[in-house]
Amino acid sequence: MTADASAITAPADHADHATAVGHGSGGIGTPVLGMLLFIVSEVMFFAGLFAAYFSIRAGYQEVVNGVLQHSWPPEKYADLLNPFALTTHSGALNLILPATLILVLSSVTCQMGVWAIRKDDHRGFVRAIAVTLVLGVVFLLLQAYDYAVLIAEGLTMGSTTFGTTYFTLTGFHGAHVFGGVLMLAVVLYRGLAGQFSAKHHDMVEATSLYWHFVDVVWILLFSILYLL
Amino acid sequence: MATTTLNPAAPTYRGWLYEWLTTTDHKKIGILYLVNSMVFFLAGGILALVVRAELAQPGLQLIDEAFYNQAFTMHASFMLFLFVIPILAGFGNYVVPLQLGAPDMAFPRINALSFWLLPLGGALMSSGFLVSGGAAASGWTEYPPLSGAQYSGTGTDLWIMGLTLIGTSSILGAINFLVTIFKMRAPGLTLFRMPILVWTVLVTSVLVLMATPVLTSALIMLFIDRNYGGHFFDPANGGNAVLYQNVFWFYSHPAVYIMILPAMGIISEILPVFARKPLFGYKAFVFATVGIGALGFSVWAHHMFTTGAVFLPFFSLMTFLIAVPTGVKMFNWIATMWRGKLTFDTPLLYAVGFLTMFLIGGINGAFSAAVPVDFAIHDTYWVVSHIHYVLFGGSVFAIFGGIFYWFPKMTGRMLDETLGKVQFVIMFIGFNLTFFPMHQLGLAGMPRRIADYAGSAGWSELNLAATIGGFVIAISMLPFFWNVIVSLRSGKVAGDDPWEGNTLEWATTSPPPPYNFDHLPEIRSERPIFDARHGRTDAHQRGL
Repeated sequence: MTADASAITAPADHADHATAVGHGSGGIGTPVLGMLLFIVSEVMFFAGLFAAYFSIRAGYQEVVNGVLQHSWPPEKYADLLNPFALTTHSGALNLILPATLILVLSSVTCQMGVWAIRKDDHRGFVRAIAVTLVLGVVFLLLQAYDYAVLIAEGLTMGSTTFGTTYFTLTGFHGAHVFGGVLMLAVVLYRGLAGQFSAKHHDMVEATSLYWHFVDVVWILLFSILYLL
Repeated sequence: MATTTLNPAAPTYRGWLYEWLTTTDHKKIGILYLVNSMVFFLAGGILALVVRAELAQPGLQLIDEAFYNQAFTMHASFMLFLFVIPILAGFGNYVVPLQLGAPDMAFPRINALSFWLLPLGGALMSSGFLVSGGAAASGWTEYPPLSGAQYSGTGTDLWIMGLTLIGTSSILGAINFLVTIFKMRAPGLTLFRMPILVWTVLVTSVLVLMATPVLTSALIMLFIDRNYGGHFFDPANGGNAVLYQNVFWFYSHPAVYIMILPAMGIISEILPVFARKPLFGYKAFVFATVGIGALGFSVWAHHMFTTGAVFLPFFSLMTFLIAVPTGVKMFNWIATMWRGKLTFDTPLLYAVGFLTMFLIGGINGAFSAAVPVDFAIHDTYWVVSHIHYVLFGGSVFAIFGGIFYWFPKMTGRMLDETLGKVQFVIMFIGFNLTFFPMHQLGLAGMPRRIADYAGSAGWSELNLAATIGGFVIAISMLPFFWNVIVSLRSGKVAGDDPWEGNTLEWATTSPPPPYNFDHLPEIRSERPIFDARHGRTDAHQRGL
């Protein structure tokens, strides 16, 4: 709470308006509202990228079987992007579906951590956040592995607009997962130091909201890149 | 907690410089915003003079085309992103918490971060002048393919990085404003008793929050195309060049409201005080502000009529619709002054300057909203004239009005009235001499962003007039800076409430203490200080 304006330095004998009951004292917490608004801005950032993706996808044409036609993903990469195939052409494991399940699962464990700290269950809270953090790191490792496989198969940033949009969208999502992992690490550290309680855990609520947001973005990304 | 652990009598060991570099006080940060913005106003102004000097007569006299391109690109980039937007955020920073009766912004340290990203972003952007190939030169819109790797150098990358930081600064600032407005209003200060400036900052912050991240996405796609072999905007590889324009204007049209709404807020604070009347139609004004904000998201493609890639009737209609809430505001302001006891102090002069010049900017903008007319005047000097009547005649006049209005609160001393009036007259004349001829130049077909033109084109006289006007504007800055320096040292002592204001910032000392208020008056209307002065504590029962 040190970043909060309640820490303003008023003189000791001062009738303290910082703590006076104003219009903001009820309802949603200040840090949580700040995080929600930040997520709104993140939604708009991804909306810009998604708009570009759909615009490019709608206009994409290539020669398939001697005919110029709409084809997405490009014929060359269609097999590579099948999430249900166990291996790629070159025999590498396809782990995008497990990675997706892991990220969805981490959202569940994150929420379990929030429920635990709301009930002052410190053990359960720390355990759930630790598991979430590990799952987040595993997702990032799987994504790095997936990138390595795709690049080995010849899909790069420069291989058609599909490659450009694919790596931009998933890359920025991965960067957001990384940011979320850092936040989870801080939450875990502060949780181990005993700084959270049922009454004071705004950062946990804010971090969890962010983590859910990152999860939802991935579900959208997975749907449009792999399923639609 | 703070009240028990801190000894108010403890002497401070922070040096003056250290204090300003590390402050989280919204008032100091607000002043930092103003000072930083004025520095970039000067830099952008010098670049404008370079452009005007080159255009004074046909032929290339002073600079080559390459530097000319950098000059007009960086002029606009400085003025839009590092002067108008941040200086309005600076007024918001200084005034909004005071008008809300709050001790500070909701997140003071994030507030400091928002500010410090600005000089950093500005330095990155300006450092383009030091690299080979020079600064960004494809115009402030940076359309590909001109801004692509093929046609522009490192300066464009620095421009993209700088602007991304500046955008981040805006987004963090907007979150801070919104949380402050929703969570930190004083007891009794309901939403419909908030000063109009707070309302305009609220709507502006929503626009920043929704639009600026989209600009970031456009910049990032451009950066990827330039540096990592992407094909977003490359038609040869399945990309779409008009896509950039769509994403860019999805931000940049709301951005013009980001640049004008708080300015409207400033003059809506000034007019009632100097007319000694409440603002006419408070709620209509609020709804008009919200209406402009909402419509602002549905008109971006009117910048792209000539691409042939947008649905013309829709965007034309929505653009005309914007005139409705804007017209409501014009009537609000005029009716506020009507039969008021006007005192023509400098802030009111600037507010009236805003009204008249912004009216011209609104009317000449309506021409561009008509598709057939726009096809004729697109990318001519008509558009340059329009943007300057709105952003200079509008925002900049309001900014100077705001400086004269709040300088006493910020420093405890009044700016000199005579110098202020001299400045206003010179600036008003210089402004119109510069930008009014551009209407005619545009109709005569002179395109924007050209370094040279034929002597036989018939544009020479009007260009010379515009150049003279530009230097007159520059001269009008001399009395201003002289005024600030002299008044800081020996200006008339202001007292708490030199203008007999209406809103809470006048209820505390000038300058206010770090914690802002010793005590707050009862708040029962949008004019609590007026009520306190006249003992009108039952104002709420009369629907005020």
